[in-house]
Amino acid sequence: MTDTLLPDGGTEDVPVTKRADWQSDQEVRWCPGCGDYSILTALQLLMPDLGVRREKTVFVSGIGCAARFPYYMNTYGMHSIHGRAPAIATGLALARPDLDVWVVGGDGDMLSIGGNHLIHALRRNIDINILLFNNQIYGLTKGQFSPTSERGKVTKSSPIGSCATPFNPVSLAIGAEASFVARTHDMDRHHMQEMFRRAYEHPGASIVEVYQNCNVFNDGAFETITKKDVRDDMLIPLRHGEPIRFGTEGQFGVARHDGGVEIVEVADVGVDALLVHDEARTDPSTAFALSRLAEGPDRPTPVGVFRAVDRGEYGEAMRGQVDQMESDRGNGDLRALLHSLPTWTV
Amino acid sequence: MTETSAGSLVPEVGRLVIRFAGDSGDGMQLTGDRFTSASALFGNDLATLPEYPAEIRAPAGSLAGVSAFQVHISDHDIFTPGDAPHVLVAMNPAALKTELGTLVDGGTVIVNADTFNDRNLAKAGYDHDPLEGDDLSAYRLISAPMTSLTKEACKDLGVKPRDAERSKNFFALGLLSWMYSRPVEPTLEWIDAKFKGRDLIVAANRTAFNAGHAYGETAELSDHKVIVRPAEMPAGTYTNINGNTALAWGLVAAGQLSGLPLFLGSYPITPASDILHELSRHKQFNVATFQAEDEIAAIGSALGAAYGGHLGITTTSGPGVALKGETMGLAVSLELPLIIVNIQRGGPSTGLPTKTEAADLLMSMYGRHGESPMPVIAARTPADCFDQAIEAARIAIKYRTPVMLLSDGYLANSSEPWLLPDVEDLEPIPIEFASGFNQVDENGDEVFWPYLRDDNLARPWAIPGTPEIMHRIGGLEKQDGSGNVSYDGANHAHMIALRAERIARIPVPDVEVSGDADAELLLVGWGSTWGAIAAAVRRVRDSGRKVAHVHLTHLNPMPANLGEVLSGFPKVLVPEMNLGQLVRILRDEFLVDARPVSKVSGQPFTPGELQQVILTETGDDS
Repeated sequence: MTDTLLPDGGTEDVPVTKRADWQSDQEVRWCPGCGDYSILTALQLLMPDLGVRREKTVFVSGIGCAARFPYYMNTYGMHSIHGRAPAIATGLALARPDLDVWVVGGDGDMLSIGGNHLIHALRRNIDINILLFNNQIYGLTKGQFSPTSERGKVTKSSPIGSCATPFNPVSLAIGAEASFVARTHDMDRHHMQEMFRRAYEHPGASIVEVYQNCNVFNDGAFETITKKDVRDDMLIPLRHGEPIRFGTEGQFGVARHDGGVEIVEVADVGVDALLVHDEARTDPSTAFALSRLAEGPDRPTPVGVFRAVDRGEYGEAMRGQVDQMESDRGNGDLRALLHSLPTWTV
Repeated sequence: MTETSAGSLVPEVGRLVIRFAGDSGDGMQLTGDRFTSASALFGNDLATLPEYPAEIRAPAGSLAGVSAFQVHISDHDIFTPGDAPHVLVAMNPAALKTELGTLVDGGTVIVNADTFNDRNLAKAGYDHDPLEGDDLSAYRLISAPMTSLTKEACKDLGVKPRDAERSKNFFALGLLSWMYSRPVEPTLEWIDAKFKGRDLIVAANRTAFNAGHAYGETAELSDHKVIVRPAEMPAGTYTNINGNTALAWGLVAAGQLSGLPLFLGSYPITPASDILHELSRHKQFNVATFQAEDEIAAIGSALGAAYGGHLGITTTSGPGVALKGETMGLAVSLELPLIIVNIQRGGPSTGLPTKTEAADLLMSMYGRHGESPMPVIAARTPADCFDQAIEAARIAIKYRTPVMLLSDGYLANSSEPWLLPDVEDLEPIPIEFASGFNQVDENGDEVFWPYLRDDNLARPWAIPGTPEIMHRIGGLEKQDGSGNVSYDGANHAHMIALRAERIARIPVPDVEVSGDADAELLLVGWGSTWGAIAAAVRRVRDSGRKVAHVHLTHLNPMPANLGEVLSGFPKVLVPEMNLGQLVRILRDEFLVDARPVSKVSGQPFTPGELQQVILTETGDDS
């Protein structure tokens, strides 16, 4: 299990790359104005800084607009089938710990048809980086409500409004025992890059929810919180070790309240009453409470790293079992295996 | 007659079929298994058929809770667990009620008399005690109070009576071992090893076994005693193997022969789970077993591992295959090696989880959307599962394709002596990963084309981590060669034809006709029907009539000579454990008037059933 199929290359210096080295020769085919472009750009610009090899990097996706992502990265990539990217990436990451495996998908792909694979990949803490592009709509099938669409959403398949309560992806991930959970949005390249870098550096499964605008079927879904002129008042930046504070003047903050958290005016409660963000807190309940501050992108919404805890990675444990059986029994001896049940000789 | 060590003469019989039946909690599978092992070590040829209910513990004493194990031992080579049993061991009234009908006339019935009380009789639906009266007048009855004799024998050991009672199956085993002159040491040694550290249980089981053995002697059952001499078998070392174990070992062997790490993605399902269990015990062979969250993740993870250059495998049964369909289609499109193992069971839906059927052939051949061809192979005996697992890997790796390997609940759980192969004689499976550019583009630059094909029309196995040749693959239609996404109609038509051709031209061995090449009647089988067909054909030919048999291991593509063979026989019959699936394919492919012989009762064909079919077909029904 430990022998990878190729020389690791880890001892050699990683060649210096630039953005163009990470761009494939394929024409990008998202709708003009799609939020996916800025995410792609953010990542292509970040990759040279991560100091990784292109051939050791794999993007795995399912189906949907976001899932076209691998075609545009000059790395290894698989555009698979709807919902299954986390499962396929799990097998790849377990088989090949020498690789950096990224999973890219949308809210329909990851939370609806692939919801089961997502939660189990997070629970197991597979060493993959999941980028969840949440635009709260089905784009590729041309505009049906998604599992993150707000209740009452009017779409082609819900002409008088959808009946379902949406998932809060950050809450779901925390509930699924995720060891790294972050949120960012497509209007802020630097924040995206910071979150992607943190996801990359995290051992085990990491998930970054990216609020992404679908300008064709759900335009402006996040405008009320991400537009430059409202951002300061509507986004709550989470910074490890710092009091949670936001607003143009820093006039708002988050404090503990009634077993959860609430938004307060700093003038009312004082700075010392603000919650100091601890992303490494083992108990997930505060991170979960923070994820519940906004039910949708119409209220002040936390962005940043909600949770980053070190927890055993699945693949390491799995490979440890192979090593353990090898050290207990020696390398497999096929002849001995075939003779391991009672035998008789004629 | 054979002289025993005691000097008495024991009649010999050529073969004997014994059926152990009792409540699910009575340990009948274990008892049958131990009797089988002792018989194997004694040198008989044998075949077994375990049958157990789907419920872990159906209500005690109920008809639904009866668990049975049939073993056929002989002094010559045999192919099946036999027709009607000669001996029935019934540990309670429900077992007698459900199983008595299978027994041959004049057969021996051995019952645990202690269980024939009013309560158990009522649970079994008896309004009277069948041990009294005429119910069993056509049989030879041995009525032994096994529970009370076991308790009595164990009373000085310090074992609680309830625990002693649990050893009653060893009493039955001891009695059978005496009646049929089985060696006792292997069983006693097995008890010591199995229950090591639990001294009271060892003592109780040994005592019960010895008490059963002694009971035969003291109860004057000598006229029931017969012996089945060892069979003449080819020289070599044997082990008694069931299909699932053989299949798991075959996968391990395929890993060793190819030098690839094994990655099994699997979700528990009857009757395939034992392969997952077995492989999980052998990680030292560079085996990773991943128990996935569902069937789809199981095959998805295996495909991901295959993409990474491991030997990807998923094991399941019919309902799981249905769920894996879309991912199999992706594997067809990605042209990556992958093994899908289907241990077929009764369907549709949950169907008969613990009973056998072979009704997934058409699903295996055609059960994916689009034109989605895949090699299909089927094992014919428990031991053959080992060979076919290696064959599946060989095809998958060489031709870069998912392969469907079919077994069934019968092969999975039944066992036979297996002449162990010499590991040195197993043929290595060569591996070649792409290592660099393979094409020059219009600008004269070296590039990598993921869908450039070799002489077998297989594309390169280009695994992540290989410098220079980064590329993207996916389920969208791609341009042949470059692998770029292509929606061009002509290219799509070309790719469909190419995917069909590259599977169709995989070379597979010709079929061999066994029996009489000049017979009027040919039987064509596939999968686990081999044993029953071969046994029936032998019986008919022994009686002086002509009949022929061919058996398919490779179902897609089919052997090149099959059409010619079929056309040489006026009558073609196809026995299958379905309503006629191979027969449809044969009629379709070869325009031959093949006719089905169906059995879908959850049990395999018996030789007797097929013998009757052949006799009817060959004219006089004598």
